[in-house]
Amino acid sequence: MYTRGQVRGFLHLYIGEEAIAVGAISQLLPHDYIVTHYRDHGHALARGLDPNRVMAELFGRIDGLSKGKGGSMHLFDTEKGFIGGHAIVGGQFPLAAGLALSHQYRKSDGVCVVFFGDGSTNQGTYHEVMNLAAVWKLPILFFLENNLYGMGSRFDRVRAGGEDFYPGAATYGIDHTAVVDGMDVMAVQEATKLALESIRSGNGPAFIEAKTFRFQGHSMADPVKYRDRLETEAWEARDPLNTFPRDLLDQNLFTEAEMEEIRSSVDAEVVVAIKFAEDSPFPPDEELFTDIYA
Amino acid sequence: MTEITFRQALQRGLREALDADPNVFLMGEDIGKYDGAYAVTQGLLEKYGPDRVRDTPISEAAFVGAGVGAAVAGLRPVVELMSMSFSLVASDQIVNMAAKIRYMSGGQLKVPLVLRAPTGGGVQLAATHSQSFENWYASVPGLKVVTPSTPYDALGLLRSSIEDDNPVVFAENALLYATRGDVPDGEYLVPIGVADVKRTGTDITLVGWAHGIVTLMAAAEKLAETGVSAEVVDLRSLRPLDMETVIESVEKTGRALVLDENWRTAGFGAELAAEIGYRSSDYLDGPVARVGGTDTPSPYSRPLEQLGIPQVAWVIDEIEKTYGI
Ligand SMILES: Cc1ncc(C[n+]2csc(CCOP(=O)(O)OP(=O)(O)O)c2C)c(N)n1
Ligand SMILES: [Mg+2]
Repeated sequence: MYTRGQVRGFLHLYIGEEAIAVGAISQLLPHDYIVTHYRDHGHALARGLDPNRVMAELFGRIDGLSKGKGGSMHLFDTEKGFIGGHAIVGGQFPLAAGLALSHQYRKSDGVCVVFFGDGSTNQGTYHEVMNLAAVWKLPILFFLENNLYGMGSRFDRVRAGGEDFYPGAATYGIDHTAVVDGMDVMAVQEATKLALESIRSGNGPAFIEAKTFRFQGHSMADPVKYRDRLETEAWEARDPLNTFPRDLLDQNLFTEAEMEEIRSSVDAEVVVAIKFAEDSPFPPDEELFTDIYA
Repeated sequence: MTEITFRQALQRGLREALDADPNVFLMGEDIGKYDGAYAVTQGLLEKYGPDRVRDTPISEAAFVGAGVGAAVAGLRPVVELMSMSFSLVASDQIVNMAAKIRYMSGGQLKVPLVLRAPTGGGVQLAATHSQSFENWYASVPGLKVVTPSTPYDALGLLRSSIEDDNPVVFAENALLYATRGDVPDGEYLVPIGVADVKRTGTDITLVGWAHGIVTLMAAAEKLAETGVSAEVVDLRSLRPLDMETVIESVEKTGRALVLDENWRTAGFGAELAAEIGYRSSDYLDGPVARVGGTDTPSPYSRPLEQLGIPQVAWVIDEIEKTYGI
């Protein structure tokens, strides 16, 4: 759809990292909040945002979640506690702290999960918010999607602290930290479950680092000249979209026919979403000025 | 003369400066191995090496601030921000450090720093990635703000900015990168603070800068069809501001229109209109005409986004409304 000019601007694919959104978000309660970055379609779909409306947003149409005004980097759905894709790297951390604070303030058992990339850990807000969250014991789950690259910069070219990020969280007083294989949806699910239990029982923030890889370029504008194809292929061999179904078949939990049925129902959903988006009109001119209050 | 793109002009300016002065070095996110988000620095890492073409972490406050420090120590850093929108993460370093240090130190220290950044919208990057802020920085004493509109100006002004002993915010409207123009084959400078008459005319003065000049030149072309002779004044820098060239033109034509592609309210266009009115009211046939971007964040959806960006027709209509020509 991007190459056909229906979706434009910056578009950041989540391909390769699906096990994280699916595994982690499956453990959340309806009143939990999610805050994420611009690579947000995976989280949105995992949280159950309407794929039709997500697609319409990507198309810039009126039936998009934000009436076409946010675009792919800025998906929101308050009913699902989905408080944004955010496109300023590191911009989402303070927002997450505030959302978590609201749960604490209201004595709710709700949690805010904030997803972020390895590159964003070099922003000041990451460090400031980890400290704030630990000091105030905020119910926040820091979820690092470590795909080894921030745009063209491999983590070791912009970070001297080594390949593991999660030990750093402990230095802020975040006691519950974990590292997990981000290509293994069950492992992500289990780690998230434990982290949420810790947070919900009042221990303050937790931190999970998932090791993963984005199979595509940073965005559609990226020619991917900075890394070896072999590195990508090694990760592609562990594509959770292949390995997980294979495991389920091996364990006789699903039959090949059932698997095929799921695949074709997903394909059908995509076709419906595209049709929905294509049929939705562009926003009327007045929309330029709605939600402007001063 | 050779015809090159705005992007190539900037790249040539960087190469010439790197060749001319060993104190010049570049830093920014993905300017090296990735070749730059907008490819301005393409190939420079290979040629000049990692000491002089430094990839930074995504830490705008840190590397802009480090640029200030290196500049204070006598180096000439040219720092690239991937977008002017991201300069906000470093705005404290820019406004409270870069702009203040020379004054507060009683002139003991200087900050020969250049901050290059793509600006502007129009390509559906949505609200947080389509902003310019040259307006904001232009209101800060202690900064210079340079806003080229052509390859010739981009190259000459970039060289002047790098040679300048003071901090320069160098705004590169991203829509201009692929535009073409002639540049001299030898090295040259364009002084900062000198406006340029991009087209001469007798009936009205159109004032703007950066990508606004593209719109104004097209508007002047259109006006010519109806017998209106428009003069286009390209400010080229907002601070220092060459008001003399503007006033001279306005007093010749007796009419003025100001185009500011950023938000209209409290923008640089307002400053210009006020100043022209204040200084030239005796010469003007009516109030200073104004065209500005709509006071809204930039929406993603293409038709809505286009609706908020000043178009040639807006300029023509505003002139008609104000002066009846
Ligand atoms: C403040 C700021 N600086 C730079 C950018 C440009 N940018 C967008 S994404 C990105 C890389 C982020 O990498 P990472 O945090 O690892 O997330 P990933 O894209 O790998 O998921 C950069 C440099 C930005 N959007 N905001
Ligand atoms: Mg990353």
